[in-house]
Amino acid sequence: MDALPTLWFVVIAVLWTGYLLLEGFDLGVGMHMLVSARGDRERRLMLNTIGPVWDGNEVWLLTAGGATFAAFPMWYASLFSGLYIPLVIVLVALIFRAVAIEYRGKHHSLRWGRAWDVALGLGSFVAAFGVGALLAITTTGLPIDANGDRVGGPFAWFSWQAVVGGLAVVGFCLVHAAAFLGLKTEGEVSTRMRRFFRRAAIPALLPIGVWVLVVQLADGTAVSWSLVVLAAAGAAFGVVASRRGRDGLGFLGMAIFLVAGVASIFSAVYPVVLPSSLDPASSLTIENAASGGYTLGVMTTVAAIGVPLVLVYQGWTYWVFRRRLSVHHIPDARPIVAAVRR
Amino acid sequence: MDPLDIARWQFGITTVYHFLMVPLTLGLGPVVAVLQTRWVRTGDVRWLRLTKFWGKLYLINFIMGVATGIVQEFQFGMAWSEYSRFVGDVFGAPLAMEALLAFFFESTFLGLWIFGWNRLPKRIHLATLWIAVAGSIVSAYFIIVANSWMQHPVGVELIDGRPVMTDVWAVLTNNTALAAYSHALCGAAGVAGGFLIGIAWYHLWRRRHDGIDTVDARGRVVVGEARDVPGRDKIDHKVWLTSLRIGAAVAIVGFGGVAITGDIQGKLMFEQQPMKMAAAEAACENGTSFSVLTIGDLGAKDCDELTNLIEIPGLLSFLAHGDFDTQITGVNSLISEYQQKYGTNLPENEIYGERSGEAIEYVPLMPVTYWGFRIMIGFGGLAAFAAVVALWLTRKGTVPASKWIMRLAVLGILAPFGANAAGWVFTEMGRQPFVVAPNPDGVDGVFMFTAAAVSPGVSAGELLFSVITLTTLYAVLLVVEVSILVRFVRAGVPAAMPELVHAEGDHGDHDDPDDPDDPDRPAGSGRPAKDDGVLSFAY
Repeated sequence: MDALPTLWFVVIAVLWTGYLLLEGFDLGVGMHMLVSARGDRERRLMLNTIGPVWDGNEVWLLTAGGATFAAFPMWYASLFSGLYIPLVIVLVALIFRAVAIEYRGKHHSLRWGRAWDVALGLGSFVAAFGVGALLAITTTGLPIDANGDRVGGPFAWFSWQAVVGGLAVVGFCLVHAAAFLGLKTEGEVSTRMRRFFRRAAIPALLPIGVWVLVVQLADGTAVSWSLVVLAAAGAAFGVVASRRGRDGLGFLGMAIFLVAGVASIFSAVYPVVLPSSLDPASSLTIENAASGGYTLGVMTTVAAIGVPLVLVYQGWTYWVFRRRLSVHHIPDARPIVAAVRR
Repeated sequence: MDPLDIARWQFGITTVYHFLMVPLTLGLGPVVAVLQTRWVRTGDVRWLRLTKFWGKLYLINFIMGVATGIVQEFQFGMAWSEYSRFVGDVFGAPLAMEALLAFFFESTFLGLWIFGWNRLPKRIHLATLWIAVAGSIVSAYFIIVANSWMQHPVGVELIDGRPVMTDVWAVLTNNTALAAYSHALCGAAGVAGGFLIGIAWYHLWRRRHDGIDTVDARGRVVVGEARDVPGRDKIDHKVWLTSLRIGAAVAIVGFGGVAITGDIQGKLMFEQQPMKMAAAEAACENGTSFSVLTIGDLGAKDCDELTNLIEIPGLLSFLAHGDFDTQITGVNSLISEYQQKYGTNLPENEIYGERSGEAIEYVPLMPVTYWGFRIMIGFGGLAAFAAVVALWLTRKGTVPASKWIMRLAVLGILAPFGANAAGWVFTEMGRQPFVVAPNPDGVDGVFMFTAAAVSPGVSAGELLFSVITLTTLYAVLLVVEVSILVRFVRAGVPAAMPELVHAEGDHGDHDDPDDPDDPDRPAGSGRPAKDDGVLSFAY
């Protein structure tokens, strides 16, 4: 088997991991602003913990999409056209969320703020659910024919696994963001989010456990099963660390959980990238979905330069904005007044 | 309804909309970076105010470009899966490069810049903006490389009926891409120039209208101050006059560049897509004349019903070849050439759906190409002329008191946007009926009819759902964006620098003049950053 398609399978798994690890807490913070924050100042506090980094985090999604197009065009074409309606909804959610982050503070009235909070919170929820459903479908199956086209109408993608995947990513984002906010804030918000992390971790991570087990029971290998164990250990470690007041280690536990969890899923389904639920012969694999060797070679060079650079400068960003924030750090909202002599 | 038509509307609406935000981002970014560089170099507070004000508008616009850019990347797979399968080996690579080598830089460093005031050392803070701006400019390059491959496919071989990339350098240095990229960058400068002129004009006019600035007997400005209007001091006048002059300079250079690069691109297109250029001219028969005004039914199937009312002999040859007498092949001759090379009817193949076997219409929609081309050039020329007039009218330090000229200046912001949009509509629709236009000197068989590109599994209903949803959303967000821009424009510099209004005993007092020689000072204020202090910027 050629090494390059395998390498690119790994790269795409890494890109999705990076996306969920980083944007996971952005999306969770958006949801917590709607459900866990009390008052405008707390909401702004939460928003400003992700303010400098959220846009860079979202690029992981675009890169995952672009890399899939470049390295596995058949996978990209079949998955994205097959999930047409859910992806439109995800796009709408992502647009609302991005615009809400930037525009929320551009005007100060109760209605304006509330409207954007809803756009941000719901947008984050829907985007998380949709991404989860997409990843669940690409690891459990979509009714595609020999050409890779979806059969059975606009909603043929629907399956209970897709719902589990959606809930899995939503649950993960909520817990992950709680660990993140516990680490990045001080005062009442921090205390409340730590408590959320410890109490909600087990129920909220349940759907992701179901998804992992579904994939493992179907295609699990010794390697993927050991990653499952590592993921569970990571989550347990995170909760215990948080209980002892170690927020950094608590967040690290969640990161281990995510990295090992995603790795366990991708390693189990390898080398299939999009199983056909109609006929296994129509499934897309790293062999029949990949670009040619030359393209993959070029992209390998690009990724070998680009990915380490991204890790370095995004890491530096987190270092620059490392301090904890409290509501006292949030400046007063100021009205925007026309410079006109009345 | 026909899924192909809906999918094309979907793509066109998203692309034109996305490209309202993109040229402003591309053009305004370098301007803001230069403004901040001036501030860091000189320590003159005027430059800080300029940086903060234009930086704020830059960001309000930037986010809309980001938000709509995601749709751009996803819609190839969603609505054009056959296209994605056909071209994926070569077309996906520049998109992935854009994300990895450009967009990551742009987004990450812009976040650092937004929140880095008073937190990063001044020079490093400036560097974050330059890196973000460079990211956006490189990003545009990769996207245009991808688009240019659809206009002029290079660097591939045909293997099993699909183009397979064999030479990435040929793709990256495609002459179509280099011409289109420089053309797009110059066009973006024109957009930024018009934006600066219109808004600066409004403020200079407003200062006169409010009786702050007056003119003496010789028409020279007498700059005043208003204590009752926040931010309306003497520096404020300098801020707007500088903005206006920078804007005019950027616009004139930009439009000059547009003309030069457009000429290069036009000459390439006469070779690479002769039908597109013939249709742009409504040139039915072979000839040398450029049409200034053509009447008749441009949409008619029969090209012969057109009459050129006014034409300039030799000009078309000059545009295409640089001389006055080379015959340019007209639409009617090209049709038979294309039919010979690429067939008279679509193949009987299921990927064409109901269209299999249909006759191929090789002439693009002539009203669109003819008028798209003229709107692009007309609006561009108008805006360039207006920039020169603006410089002349403000030579004595302020604008005329006329409200109508002010309104024209503000309205003039739209002209370069219109020129940009018309240019894209022209070049994309002029390529029809191909989604990947054949390269006359390239590998045989590397082309694709748009009719074959749409996703076979996606229904008309799904496509209609997305067109309606996204178009509605775009319309709402355009209203929101413009209303926020208007609010921030009307508020002037204090909207971006609240400390100008809330100077004393308030958070964020940054009135101290800075010491420009000390590179380790935090950006934005004369004070060192306090780790327990209030954020100098927060959402």
